[in-house]
Amino acid sequence: MSGRTSSFAVLAAAIAVVALAALMASGGSGGHQTLDERVHEIGAGLRCPVCLNLSVADSPSKLAGEMRTEIETQLRAGRSPEQIRAFFIDRYGEWILLSPPRHGWNLLPWAVPIVGLVAGVALWVALVRRRAPRTAGEVTETEHRRIERELADLEEPG
Amino acid sequence: MSAGVDETDEVREAVEPDGRARSRHRWRTVAFVLAPLVLFALLLATGLGRDPRELPSELIGQPAPTFSVPRLDAGGTIDLGDLHGQVVVVNFWASWCVPCREEHDALAAAWDRYRERGVVVLGVSFEDTREAALEFRDELKGDWPLADDPGSRTAIAYGVFGVPETFVIAPDGTIAAKTTGAVTYEWLTDEIEGALRAGNVE
Repeated sequence: MSGRTSSFAVLAAAIAVVALAALMASGGSGGHQTLDERVHEIGAGLRCPVCLNLSVADSPSKLAGEMRTEIETQLRAGRSPEQIRAFFIDRYGEWILLSPPRHGWNLLPWAVPIVGLVAGVALWVALVRRRAPRTAGEVTETEHRRIERELADLEEPG
Repeated sequence: MSAGVDETDEVREAVEPDGRARSRHRWRTVAFVLAPLVLFALLLATGLGRDPRELPSELIGQPAPTFSVPRLDAGGTIDLGDLHGQVVVVNFWASWCVPCREEHDALAAAWDRYRERGVVVLGVSFEDTREAALEFRDELKGDWPLADDPGSRTAIAYGVFGVPETFVIAPDGTIAAKTTGAVTYEWLTDEIEGALRAGNVE
């Protein structure tokens, strides 16, 4: 019984850690930003076309540098980060975004872990329930016979 | 722990002495482990077979982004606005790019065949130096206009991933077709003919 309680405690702790991390990640930006920081923030969400797995902000490639210049030019011209992202999406498609916008089929990557977690917990609870020990004191016929046999073995060793 | 397992097995055997329950249990475990593995393998098999660069252009059917670029092979600039009403083949290329050498003959043949019908082939240099670009032209010949692209602004405007990439712009100023990788003569003639026909209908 105490084993079950402690695994519930571990699960609760794990959920708390994940929730805390998500909270910290979401509350990161804000406040006053310099132009460079704004360029970096937009660039960090865009995929560098020539290196595929680096963001425009992180890639040392020439094209990524030119894309940062493009972002800077557009920011100076007073365009919003949303408009600048739309500019790149119009040309490169949603492919250019490092994380897909949250609508339609794109929700799948977000939904799968949650669905998996819920299904996993449900499965685990179901298994634990099924294996739950019978109420104390209730001894089946087979167990009774086994106890008798082992007691008898103890009494006359050999 | 092991005593507990023994016990439950013994109880089961008491109920189903032939051990059918145990083998059924084992099969279920195997299925539980195998099903996600098989799904994952299928996902990898379909996903890894795809070329991440093979993407449909977002720009097909859209108005071609305008540009005004300095010529490399001659003086002056080339302005897309000046070419309205004509079919324009915009080829992004670089001297360091191997497929660009492969496609050179196809571009030359299309340029020779269609230039009299008002079709313009334009080579836009991508991530290259002026010297290297001109050396490439000297080596492989050809006389269609070449342009520089300062700051890659034209390449970014056209959503270029790498070179070579070729766009066909219809007489109405919209992008009719795009291809990634070395362009073939067949593709060029098909798309140019199509764009010319579309232009005549209007």
